[in-house]
Formats: sequence, structure tokens, C-alpha cells
Amino acid sequence: MLKKRLIAVLIIADGQVVQSVQFKHTNVIHWNPVIAVDFFNKWAIDEIVVLDVSRDLSSRNKFYDVVFELSEKCFCPLSVGGWIDDLDEASRFLDIGADKIIINTSAFRKIDLITDCVEKFGSQCVVVSIDVKYDLVCIDRGREVTKIHPVIWAKMVQDYGAGEIFLNDIEYDGNRKGYNLDLIKNVVNAVDIPVIAMGGVLTWWHLVDGINAGAAAVAAANIFHYTEHSTKKAKKFMIEYGIDVRK
Amino acid sequence: MIAIIDYNAGNLKSVANAFKEIGESVIVTDNRDEIENSDAIVVPGVGAFGACINSLREKDLIVVLEDQVLGSKKPYLGICLGMQFLARTSFEIGEHRGLGWINGEVRLIEPCKKEFRVPHIGWNNIEIVKESILFEGISEDSCFYFLHSYNFYCEYEDYISSICYHGEDITASVECENIFGVQFHPEKSQKNGLDILRNFVKII
Repeated sequence: MLKKRLIAVLIIADGQVVQSVQFKHTNVIHWNPVIAVDFFNKWAIDEIVVLDVSRDLSSRNKFYDVVFELSEKCFCPLSVGGWIDDLDEASRFLDIGADKIIINTSAFRKIDLITDCVEKFGSQCVVVSIDVKYDLVCIDRGREVTKIHPVIWAKMVQDYGAGEIFLNDIEYDGNRKGYNLDLIKNVVNAVDIPVIAMGGVLTWWHLVDGINAGAAAVAAANIFHYTEHSTKKAKKFMIEYGIDVRK
Repeated sequence: MIAIIDYNAGNLKSVANAFKEIGESVIVTDNRDEIENSDAIVVPGVGAFGACINSLREKDLIVVLEDQVLGSKKPYLGICLGMQFLARTSFEIGEHRGLGWINGEVRLIEPCKKEFRVPHIGWNNIEIVKESILFEGISEDSCFYFLHSYNFYCEYEDYISSICYHGEDITASVECENIFGVQFHPEKSQKNGLDILRNFVKII
């Protein structure tokens, strides 16, 4: 049977791993992201997500370097997102070692990008990230709140061929109160593709809650950096509470 | 030297990295001479069937592969899409002709219940149904990373070496003489995956 997944997210700004609190990124956690991935490999993480949250593209080359270096060390799946706005950019990341690409704002602005990516790479390769604020889809790194409800948008991206949804409520991001469980339930019930829950984890309980709300995978960023053997401990806890994860 | 076939599909680098990690030299290539001079052929795959098989065809690589794998009996390892290429036909976005080396069809996974979501993404435990050099030292029930929406329905079960369950039986690996295919991603399955690649290297 397919296991539930535990995903570590590396939020990268200007080539460094940073902490995210409601999409504001001030604290640098790791100067060198490769060190973080080395730990996660040893601690049996199921997947790694790397997101470029830089405010502009001036440090983009540093981000390419990060992905390139990470992929050399990462013997688990690596998904990459942030500022991917066309097919060429998506191809570029797959060429330098990503296994999946994550698109967000550009998918919202030109939905055909999803179909184009699916036709070229297959839908299993295309993750659409949905950021939510006040129960509405939010794009442009949290800056623009749209008028569309996340459930409607989730169904649309599925219809256009997306293989997975990466769901984050900005109000919950870094807020340490756990995921927005109602949001997860509503999206999971509306679509047939897997949903990854992200944003707000402080305790291992929150991971269990996310899975019980229907998520196929639970993701977190900040918490994994501050605990030794964090992902191993998280999995042990999840198993104790009846979640089928890979040991 | 292992030739990793370059046909404009994704994740070639991940596969190259994994072979390098186990100390094997690789070359990512679409060059006929280099493929002919290699000891084994690996066809990775992140991509859509139609676009990728057309790319192999446009690069005139199908003839080279047939010559090397069917003619010279060079070991072949197809990963994910590289395994599905072995089928006669794929129904991923349209209908496409595959290599046809192992009889069967590639069709969308249509699970009976909603809890089995498609794409089939994540770690699943396999059941080894046939003794295979690829699984030497791999314990029954080991987990591997899967990332696909389509299943290789083999015409003859004898060619299936392992399966997993996701609302239906999924062909996890196939084998026929020097031809091996794995639906999961050994290059992304941490220790178990690297062990599979080590076993493949032993054949060379």
C-alpha cells in the first residue's frame, strides 16, 4: 500500500535557506542548503521540496546552483518551484536534477502552462501550488489576493492535468497552530489527485492531523531545521498514532 | 561504461548521479558510437510517452537500441517511462507505438476507490513475484518511490518480476533475458534503490 509521505521544504531566498512566517522571510537558517539535504537524506525523509521565494530574479543564478548541488546529494525525490513561468524554465530545472516542478502564479495567469507542461513531462511531474489567504486563492508570493475560491481553482488545475496540489494557507504559514484542516478537507474532497498539506506545523501532532484530514503528504519547513533527527522523530510519532509511513 | 540515453526527457542527471554514487562510470548520450561502445544501456524517464518516444524516433535511436539490446543482447534497464517504452502500445494522451519488446499495453490506472489517487505518487512496498538478480539482497516488502499515472499491463505474467498495489495490481518491474524495467525510481529510492542499481551493474 502507498505510504503517506513526509516532505521537508527548503525555502530559499538569495541562495540561502530561510525561515518563513506568513511568507515573510527574515531569518537565515542555513547558509548552505546542501548541508540541510545531507541531514534529511540520513533521516529518511520521503521527498524534498525547494522553493525560491526571492523577491526578484537578481539571485536566480544562485538558485540554479542550489538545485544543481542538491540534486547530486539527494537520492529521494526533489521538487522545485518559484518563478517558473514557462516551459523552458521548467525544462531547465528537470535538466539540472529536479524530478517535479511546482508552478503557482504563472499557472493562474496562463492556465495553459499546466497543459503544456503535462504534454511534455507527464502529469505526474506537474505540481500546482495553491496559496490561500482569507479563503481565497492568493498569487504573486502572497501579494495578490484573487477572487477565486481555492476549491474551484483546485478542480480547475486538476482538469488541466495537474498531478498534485501543494496547499498552503498563508495565515497559517509559520504560525505554529497546525494546518488549516478545513481547507485541506475541502480541497481533498473536491479533487482526485493527491494533496500535499503545508504551512503551520509546530508539533508532530499537526502532521497526524494533516493526514487524518485527507492529505496524501504532509510538508513542513521551519520545524525540521531546529530538531536533531527531526524527520525520524516525526515518523516515529506518526507511526505510533496509526499513520502508515515508510520506516 | 553505462550509456544513459539522452532523448530530451527529464531526470537524466538524477540517474547519472545515482550510478556515480555507487562508483559506476556513466555517459549521458544520444550518439550511436558511444551507445555501441557502452556495456549497458539505461533509459530513464520523466516525460509523456508520446513526446518522448517521438524524440527517440527523431534521433534515430530506436534502431540503435534494437540492434544493441535485441541483437547484441546488451543489458537494458528502463526506468519508469523507460520501462513503459517496452510495451507495444501506450494510451497516454492518444495512442502511441512503443518498442514492443515485451507484449503489453500501457493504460491509465483506474482505481476502484477514491482513496487510491492518481497519479500514484510516493513510496509503496513491492511484492517480488519472480526471482530476479535485480532483487538480490532486497527484502520482501521493501519500499520504492513511484511517480506515474499509467500502468504496464503485460500480456504474459511470466515477464513480471514484482508488483505493488494501488487500487489494482501495478506492474512494478518486468524482466526478459537481458531486458529489465522498473516502474519505480531506483535513483530516488535511497538505499534500496541504489542496491537495485548495484545489482544491475553486476550483470554487466
